[in-house]
This record gives sequence, C-alpha cells and structure tokens, in this order.
Amino acid sequence: MTPGPPGEYRAVMTREEICAKVIAALANIAPELDPANLAPQAGLRDQLDLDSMDFLNFALGLHKAFGIDIPEADYRKLATLDGCVAYVAARIGG
Amino acid sequence: MVTFVMPKLGADMTAGKLVAWCKHPGDAVARGEVIAVIETDKVNVDAESFVTGVLDRILVEAHDEWLPVGTPLAVIRVSGEAADAVEPAAATPVGPVAPTVSAVPPKATDAAERAMKSLRISPAARKRVLDLGMDPAHLTGTGPAGRITLEDVERAAAVAAPPVTAPADRQLRMREAIAAAMTRAKREIPHYYLATTIDMATALAWLDARNRERPITERLLPGALLIKATALALREVPELNGFWQDGRVQKSEAIHVGVAISLRGGGLVAPALHDADRQDLDELMRRLQDLTVRARALSLKSSEMTDPTVTITSLGERGVESVYGIIYPPQLALIGFGRIVERPWVVAGEVLARPVLTATLAGDHRATDGHRGALFLVALDRLLQEPDKL
Repeated sequence: MTPGPPGEYRAVMTREEICAKVIAALANIAPELDPANLAPQAGLRDQLDLDSMDFLNFALGLHKAFGIDIPEADYRKLATLDGCVAYVAARIGG
Repeated sequence: MVTFVMPKLGADMTAGKLVAWCKHPGDAVARGEVIAVIETDKVNVDAESFVTGVLDRILVEAHDEWLPVGTPLAVIRVSGEAADAVEPAAATPVGPVAPTVSAVPPKATDAAERAMKSLRISPAARKRVLDLGMDPAHLTGTGPAGRITLEDVERAAAVAAPPVTAPADRQLRMREAIAAAMTRAKREIPHYYLATTIDMATALAWLDARNRERPITERLLPGALLIKATALALREVPELNGFWQDGRVQKSEAIHVGVAISLRGGGLVAPALHDADRQDLDELMRRLQDLTVRARALSLKSSEMTDPTVTITSLGERGVESVYGIIYPPQLALIGFGRIVERPWVVAGEVLARPVLTATLAGDHRATDGHRGALFLVALDRLLQEPDKL
C-alpha cells in the first residue's frame, strides 16, 4: 500500500473534483443519498445512518478513488463532507 | 428424479417470485450451485441445488408472480439416473429448505401412482399429478368419457394453491414477513434474558495495535472479534446452537452465525456466516464485509438465508447500550451486543475509565435454563479477554 498519490493528481484535482469523488464514494454506501440535502459540515454518520461497516467501506472507497491509505487514527477527520474534502486535498496535495 | 420446489428461505417466507433461471434443461447442476434467482419479501436469493445431476425440465418459466413455497419449479435428474429414467415415481422435492418448517409439497407417493392406475387419465396429466404431488382422487375429468386431461390437473392445481397476498410494496412485504416471524417467536418461544458487562479494554487495545500495522484493506472491526468469540463460546454451551424442532432440541454441530444486518430504508435480514468458529479473524472479517455489502444490495444465497443456527444483533452500532432480542424461530438463542462505552470501572480496587460492552442472551427456556445461558456469557467474556487467541 503506497501512501501518497500519483503525482498527476496534484496538478489536476480541484476541490470540486475531489468533492464529487467523495460524494460518489458515499453514494456507493448510501445509494439514496441526495447531494443537495447533504450538509457539508454536519456528521456523515448521523446524516446517512452509517454503521462501522459502512464507514469502513466508505474509507475503502476513498482509498481506491484517491490511492491513499487512511490510518484508523485519521477516521475522525472524515466525519463531515468538508472534513473529507480537506483531508483528501491535504493528502494528495502534500 | 427430484423436484426442485420454491424454497422456504426462512421462517417468515410464504411465497417467492422466480426471477430467472441460471440453468437450462440439459445443463449439469452441482450440489451447491445456483440454479435460479428467487425474489423473497426481503431480498433476491441465489437458490442453490441440494443435489448433483442434470436439470431435466423446467416446470415454471420466470415471471412476475408470487408462487407459494413448495410450488414445483423444475425436475432434476440426479447423477446416476439414466437420461430415459422413468418419470419420477416418487418425486422427492428438494431445494434449499429451512430447517424447521417443511417446505415440501405433499409428496406424490406410490399410493398416488397406484390410484391413477384405476383412473382414466392422460399420460401428460398423470405426469403432472406426480410432479405436483397432488391427490388424484380429487380430480374431475372433462375429457372424452370422463378422462382426466392435463387441463383438468392444471385447473385443480390452481384452485388448490393457497392464495398469496402480494402487496405491491417491498417495504410493506418485509414488514409483514418480520411481523409474522416475530409474532410466532413471541407466541411460541418462552424467552429468558441474561446480560453481562464485558471489559473491552484488552480487546480494543489489541485491535488498535493490530490495525495500526495493517493497510485499510486488512483492518478488523470489533464486530469480527465479537462474532468469533460468540462462535467459540457456543462450542462450550452447544445447546444454544441449533433449532427447536418437533418438541425437542436439535443441536447443530456446525456453528453458522446469522448476523442481523439492517437494510437501508428499513427492515433487516440475518444471513449466515458459515462455520464462524472455524474461520480466523481475517477470513471472518472478509466474509462479514462481503455479506454486509450483498445484504444491502439485496442479493444473498439460499444457504445463507436458511443455515443460521444462532443470531447476533449489534444494535450498539446505533448508539444503544443494550439490546434484548427476539429469537428467530426455530433457533434457540439470540445474542445482542450494545455500544462500547467508556464507563467508570473498578480494576484491582481502583476506579478507572474503561471501554465496556453489554452483551445479552435471549434463550429459549424450553431448550436451556438460565444456568447454561449464564455459562455462555461467562465464556464469551473470558474469550474476549484473550483476543490474540481468537
């Protein structure tokens, strides 16, 4: 598992693109998700009724979409949509 | 020859839809291989064959209609039988059948065949009577000289089939199925309830250390530990694992743990993790993940629906500290796990903040007494204190 992204992401991924991929990963877990109703700063677990297996699968989805490994200690940074986008941006941008 | 019938995939199923055939006449079928896709009130199920042979004939094409459990769907020529074997003399319905309630239609017996010898009945009608397992005595012939025709048989079969209510909405149907199973459980099973609080500090510390070394694809959830510990504790108190059948306990050698999985949009299913006591934690976690994904996608295998010998519910995921479950008939016990919470806990005379978990047991008092149930919870606690041995 290689932490850190292929370099090309740095140049091409905008915040909107990251956000779209995060929402796509969420929609895989919660197909009924309506992005328009997702409050970006509210907890995802409560909004989408995610359990620990859902959350793990979501984190796995991010891992696949962005090529980043996500340590368990970082899960709390993924609590909200805004948090996810910021976290991913930092990881692939760093 | 055996007849493959609409399987009963759990105590709460009365009818199913034949969504698709996965095999065609002439195809070889291995035991455990998927023959057809069946829609139940809850999910789509890959129905597996219980015999090895050749799919001889399909009796019902896939269509959008509820067929009662036990409806003959196909005929399978069992390995060893000649291709021109005589029509099923005593067609034995087979299918993924729930352990409790008989899913088989009345058998076409030798008696039925003998009875038909004295009847004027066309060969096609005779075959159909045997396939359907009908009593030929109740047939009225409309053919020449009162001869019983295939149409007569089909007409009688249509009348004999119990009416199946088919509310349009799956949610509603799932509610009805759960209502039926749970009402039966509360009516028939004298439940007793036990609870214990388990110190999870050791288990969680072990899990944390283990997961820290692993990539995200290989991490374990506490749920995997709980399932494994439950399965091992059931080995010590085997009379909690199995079924209440024919007025007595039928212990199961195999420990197939049903895991209650809530479905998005409501309702739940509790498919089996087979032989949970014999899987290592990584394998168990992988299977749990796969099972959860498929349950949520409403796609399970028939053996997963019919095989659980015990059920675990983990409502702690939803934030509650304890859950006292209702046993899924005809199982003997249901184990409930609450949320892992930090609480003041006394360790060696000192008050410490520890993560603790309330584990509960709902037991069938016909099968076991509280004493045995208590031994199970004590064993569960002990096993969770040594996570590296799970």
